[in-house]
Amino acid sequence: MSAMRRSLHSRILLYFLVVVVVVVFSLPFVWVLRSSVMTTAELFQFPPQWVPHPFSWKNYQDALTVVPFGRYFLNSTLVTLTTILGSVLISSLAAFSFSHLRWRGRNVLFMVLLSSLMMPYIVTLIPSFIMWRYLGGIDTFLPLVLPSWFGTGVGGAFNIFLLRQFFLTIPSELDEAAYMDGASPLAVYWYVMLPLSVPGLLVVTIITFGWAWNDLLAPLVYLISPSRFTLAIGLTEFATAYSIQWNLLMAASAVVILPVLVVYVVFQRYFIQGIALTGLKV
Amino acid sequence: MRSEARWAFIFALPALIGFAVWVAGPLLASFVISLSDWRVGASLHIAGFQNYARMLSSDKLFPKSLLATTYFSFTSVPLTILVSFAVAVLLNQRIVGVAAFRTLLYLPSIVPSVASAMLWLWLFNPNFGLLNYLLSIVGLPKLLWLRDEVQVIPSLVLMSIWRMGGSMVIFIAALQGVPQSLYEAVEIDGGGAWRKLVHVTIPLMTPALFFNFIIGFINSFQLFTRPYIMTEGGPDNASLSLVYYVFLNGFRYGRMGYASSLAWTLFVVILVLTLLFFRFSRSLVYYETKDR
Repeated sequence: MSAMRRSLHSRILLYFLVVVVVVVFSLPFVWVLRSSVMTTAELFQFPPQWVPHPFSWKNYQDALTVVPFGRYFLNSTLVTLTTILGSVLISSLAAFSFSHLRWRGRNVLFMVLLSSLMMPYIVTLIPSFIMWRYLGGIDTFLPLVLPSWFGTGVGGAFNIFLLRQFFLTIPSELDEAAYMDGASPLAVYWYVMLPLSVPGLLVVTIITFGWAWNDLLAPLVYLISPSRFTLAIGLTEFATAYSIQWNLLMAASAVVILPVLVVYVVFQRYFIQGIALTGLKV
Repeated sequence: MRSEARWAFIFALPALIGFAVWVAGPLLASFVISLSDWRVGASLHIAGFQNYARMLSSDKLFPKSLLATTYFSFTSVPLTILVSFAVAVLLNQRIVGVAAFRTLLYLPSIVPSVASAMLWLWLFNPNFGLLNYLLSIVGLPKLLWLRDEVQVIPSLVLMSIWRMGGSMVIFIAALQGVPQSLYEAVEIDGGGAWRKLVHVTIPLMTPALFFNFIIGFINSFQLFTRPYIMTEGGPDNASLSLVYYVFLNGFRYGRMGYASSLAWTLFVVILVLTLLFFRFSRSLVYYETKDR
């Protein structure tokens, strides 16, 4: 009886702790949403109110029209999608080569590629910037997108590493059976490897999405015309221009956050699986 | 077999070209530039290690930014790991609605960094922000947060803790890989929850801990978005991170040579730290496969 009571107590304590942690971590979200639908007058009250009265939905309309958010959204989407396409294609080809095909120098070259993960992005940024200036790539999306079509840049070596982990779980007997039937390595990649690693490809897609969508430093350095801005710079510009209007800024932030949350919630299962895989099989 | 090697090389070729063009090449070029006094619009003169000498002697901001970055990194990484580990253990219990709780705690880490910087700028607002409001509820004095030299880095660390979801997920996954039989063995020996934690959970968690530490250090040493958006490195350069300082030198003041030497220094710092960590980990990290 006392043991049962003790276990009941510890269950209550457990739930209490979990609820406290969840509430504390969720408060900032609540605060943003609440601030995004308040009038300025209401925002600058102390003590602050939790529930806006009335709900000023117009903030969203204002925030999205004072700067061309539609344009930024389109630019971010374009950059992100082409980055994902290149990165998934090229890193999966390389990962297949580094996991299922045998060739001399394979492991050494893989380690060399992997070493780039330790390299701060800023070290290569200045020479890359100069290179793009000579090639006339400044103020275009090319410097943001093209590296991912060569297995570097956003995602880059990390995606190769991650997909290699996935491919290593696919038994090589499957490749051998396909080779018996006269398939080429390209056919094995396309008809065996890819269909069997859809979860892995999704993970890489989602992770690359997150990185490309969030990137600030590279767009800041390479993009000049406001019409080419991505959401990340657009939001920064918005903040400098309208820094006093916190309600609009919070509405704009909420709009930037939303697509990421949607993508995450839809693909949640794969996301966690992929992160787990990177963490456990290093 | 010959043709397999040829295919293999073709498949890996784009990535190898990319490595040469965007990683190895720029890395070397960056070192050469770091030995020059090159400014945007001027010609390039090799000046030896002059930039590095200046960094270590006359530039007061370099040691300050290195210190600020190190301070941020060495507080945010251990604290983030501690909190995410504790939360992961908590969420590894049998709880109704655990999936929803995990999702909620994970969400902060996927908020775009620019948006999260905006959001926290507002939370830290000394007059109308949530944090000072909460302090006032419990009767504590208000803080200046980002507007105070001493409080600014701890404030940014607090933000990092909020974004601990990534390492939490890794810990949860690792916890789920711990065989139940080991816990039962401790129970048979009469051990309680504490013994289970110290003798089973933590040793088996060391690979995940190691991974989180390495990734944490590499990322935190590259702190940029927050100083750029939230503090502009201030107040009095107290939150001037190294990457932000490189950015200012290279892309605001046009001192490409000096910026490159700063960037290379950051690279060496991260490299040395990572190598030390790997060295250190050999005696601390437990890999199941090695013992068998």
